[in-house]
Amino acid sequence: MDVIEEGIGRVFTDPDADNARAFFKTKSRSLTSKLMSLKDAVAKFVHDGEYLAIGGFGANRTPIAACHEIVRQGKKNMGFAGHTSTHDFQILSAGKVFDKLDIAYIVGLEARGLSPNARRYMESGEVEVSEWTNYCLSARLKAAAMGISFVPIRNVMGTDTLKFSGAKVIKCPFTGQKYAAMPALWPDVSVIHVHEADMYGNCRIRDITVSDLDLAKASKHLIITCERLIPNEEIRRDPSRTVIPFFCVDAVCEVPYGAYPGVMAYEYFSDEEHLREWMAVEKDPEAFKAFLDKNIYNVESHFDYIRLHGGMEKMLALRDKELMTTSNEA
Amino acid sequence: MADYNTMELMIVTGSRELIPGASVAVGTGAPCAAAMLAQKTHAPDLLIIFEAGGIDPRLPEMPISVGDSRTIWKACQATSMTDTMEAFCRGMVDYTFLGGAQIDMYGNLNSTRIGPDHQKPKVRFPGSGGANDFGSFCWNMMVMTPQDSKRFAEKCDFITTPGYLKGGNSRDESGLPKGTGPYRIITNMAVFDFEPKSKRMRIISINPGYSEKDVQDNCGFELLKAKKIKDTHPPTQKELAVLREEVDPYRYVIGR
Repeated sequence: MDVIEEGIGRVFTDPDADNARAFFKTKSRSLTSKLMSLKDAVAKFVHDGEYLAIGGFGANRTPIAACHEIVRQGKKNMGFAGHTSTHDFQILSAGKVFDKLDIAYIVGLEARGLSPNARRYMESGEVEVSEWTNYCLSARLKAAAMGISFVPIRNVMGTDTLKFSGAKVIKCPFTGQKYAAMPALWPDVSVIHVHEADMYGNCRIRDITVSDLDLAKASKHLIITCERLIPNEEIRRDPSRTVIPFFCVDAVCEVPYGAYPGVMAYEYFSDEEHLREWMAVEKDPEAFKAFLDKNIYNVESHFDYIRLHGGMEKMLALRDKELMTTSNEA
Repeated sequence: MADYNTMELMIVTGSRELIPGASVAVGTGAPCAAAMLAQKTHAPDLLIIFEAGGIDPRLPEMPISVGDSRTIWKACQATSMTDTMEAFCRGMVDYTFLGGAQIDMYGNLNSTRIGPDHQKPKVRFPGSGGANDFGSFCWNMMVMTPQDSKRFAEKCDFITTPGYLKGGNSRDESGLPKGTGPYRIITNMAVFDFEPKSKRMRIISINPGYSEKDVQDNCGFELLKAKKIKDTHPPTQKELAVLREEVDPYRYVIGR
């Protein structure tokens, strides 16, 4: 197939479908308990130098507890999928976890503004970047989920986003139409936060799924954090609700409020006050260092972090905010 | 002295472009306000789609994120981003609103960086997000932005999202879906469309209080002019009431 045009961005992961198959041939299919602590899961599956992806959408159903744990354990030199990443990007930038980056959306927190620290990191020259779009990275995960080395899509052509990506423009063998070919992206490890999972990793999500279902299939190793553990009998009672099956999953960690201070649909809304505090304190690097010590490095678990910011009372207030109710007004 | 501010004027002008029965892909802030306003005034059956997967919500308030739970409040569907993007690519989305640090005469947008070195940019912005996807697939792309001669640039430092690329037929030839592209650029001073042959930005109406000279003086490239330049209709009392009382009661977007 002739390549008409190609970007100069590096493709950080191997897009070869047979190499991916060779890995998945070795992946466990057995229905065994994968329950473990988040600390153990991150130690076991997140490795320096490998490629990481994070599920959810920015500060929505994002495994924030896992992002903190990755930073706390000092993981470095990773590749990262900066796909709809907002508060997760802010946290991983604070720990300088990655130095190779596929970019769709970074640095910003949408309507909340831009993260000063993440911006400093991205303007430092320490991070090698390839440029993509939200759909490009979704399509790259879709190709990987399909077990093929690329998918053709119809965006980016004619723009600098293509020039600084790792995509290639090709011609359709049927119509002659030009397409931008997106190389498959098989992350070494991903973390996805869900509402409910059983001990084997069968998951239910009551929310938009963003790219998580393809991400679950594409990831070589997958850590699930969940609001609640449910029995396997409940999964089998209504299997149509399982959106991620157990054989994609390597670790299941029960982490209630695991998306705090972000949103978890039907559970709790974001803690905008605390997110504003993050943004404000980042302006002063010294103050930010003390803030990270207090909120991440000197904290044992996500519960300790939540206790620092109002504990259960705050969680109930955020539930009221999410459901637009006033049941817990003091 | 007008009894509305420029953000209110831009949102009202933008909302009027959204026709009943159409679909619009929106981000947070002014685009969402324009879509909500249209739904609450002349276009109650406007289909609002959020790229992260929210389909036709009954927005109870402005979302903070295009993926937060307000985007699925009483929605018809909570789906995936791949699914919404595929609908855009199939040609199911009529309108979108985008923005950027720079825009050129062909409506190309920069939301990636300022400065020449890509690996060590002078200023780094978020990048495309879904902007390039929307700009590639939506039938009519619109921009709401304050205008000055830096933002309306002779040349973008980086083209994140396609407008008409180099003008003429260059967009069609690039391989992007045919019949798509920038439709209206709505600023604090004027409204622009694109001249059909050259695909260059053209003044079609001027906002109250500004002159043709103001509009050109605050633009870094030469603007074309429609044969008959109209006066932009100011917001009606009803539009302002709905915008202030129902769409953005806390004035997050329209300001104080």
